Amino acid sequence: MNKQPKAVALISGGLDSMLAVKVLQEQGVHVEGINFYTGFCVEGHTHAIRKTDQKKEKRNNALWVAEQLGIKLHIIDVIEEYKEVLTNPQHGYGANLNPCLDCKSFMVKKAREWMDENAFDFIFTGEVIGQRPMSQRKDTMPVVAKQCGDERLLRPLCAKLLPATLPEREGWVDREKLYGFNGRSRKPQIALATQFGFDEYAQPAGGCCFLTDQAYSVKLGDLWRQRGSKNYDLDDIMLLKVGRHIRPRDHFKVIIGREEGENNFMNGYRKQFTHMHATSHNGPLALIDGNASRDDLELAAQLVARFTQGRDADTVQIEVNEKGNETPFTLDVTPLHNDDIPREWYL
Amino acid sequence: MATDTLDARRLLCPMPVIRAQNRIKTLAKGDILEVICTDPGAKNDVPAWCRINGHEIVSIETQNDEIIIKIAVGGE
Repeated sequence: MNKQPKAVALISGGLDSMLAVKVLQEQGVHVEGINFYTGFCVEGHTHAIRKTDQKKEKRNNALWVAEQLGIKLHIIDVIEEYKEVLTNPQHGYGANLNPCLDCKSFMVKKAREWMDENAFDFIFTGEVIGQRPMSQRKDTMPVVAKQCGDERLLRPLCAKLLPATLPEREGWVDREKLYGFNGRSRKPQIALATQFGFDEYAQPAGGCCFLTDQAYSVKLGDLWRQRGSKNYDLDDIMLLKVGRHIRPRDHFKVIIGREEGENNFMNGYRKQFTHMHATSHNGPLALIDGNASRDDLELAAQLVARFTQGRDADTVQIEVNEKGNETPFTLDVTPLHNDDIPREWYL
Repeated sequence: MATDTLDARRLLCPMPVIRAQNRIKTLAKGDILEVICTDPGAKNDVPAWCRINGHEIVSIETQNDEIIIKIAVGGE
């Protein structure tokens, strides 16, 4: 190849993909980044919701990494296509509802499509053998690579431990200048980061997906069970990230804001849900997900009252706005005592 | 030079960036895109995306809870 080779990197925003890009830039490869947004990414939106987190720097690590490395970054919305990956993973789930192997295969396949559409030569990732229990094992790496086809998937950080790929065989990159990292230790990556002069980087290989989170997976599993199918839309999975989720009855649950930022965020969903808040005391906004009868709403109001400043009062006034009904009504309720809320109601 | 407006209210990052990126693909160099957002994260993410992709931030204004980011489309 006489022209400069062009490669597209899967950028998560973590250290490994940052290092992989730098390794190839050092070899004169033109690199652009690609980042897939599934809706479950911890990156981005999550820090915008909670008021307490709003003081933290609101940095999208993938964008930050791209800027540090001087590469373009293409962020691709794969929310719809990802549903099939999550709901029907060929290789199953990990410890929680994380379909890591199918997920990585899907992303590599999508990156390959992008590569072909944009006339790039190969794809690369920051994967390291043994780094992840499901998707980054020596026996599963070929499964992912198969999605790319014709050996155009390079893993610069562990390439020396894998068969030579097309970019290496064609001399687009020098295999001798690639690495043979292996295992869960982060020391080789941190040493390489130091060598490259990276004095700041995101949590090494930090968890970047809500699906690896146990509490989140429990709530998602509950949503699927109650619906009788694994359907979801973006609003569903966003709302699983905020509030206390309490299911007093099979047919409805109550989502109660935990602080001002969550209440503000949930406020945007007012028109889609029956919702309630206290008028006699300060307290959170609560959304009712499901078909709640008047008796159910009374129970929900007692529950919500428990989380107001009137939790010890005899009576708390709760204004209820039923979905599709513009006229609210008020319930005077006695807050539930903590002992009256079974632990299994909490999701 | 045209001016276009993108309503990215209630969208959480990185969706405002993705929507801006996709809209800019339909615009010409020199056009102005006005992105209206409510996620404070957009104040950092949209400019960062513009910097690395060769677009210019003309202004960022906050009106009540809305953030209005004006982008001058650059490109090759």
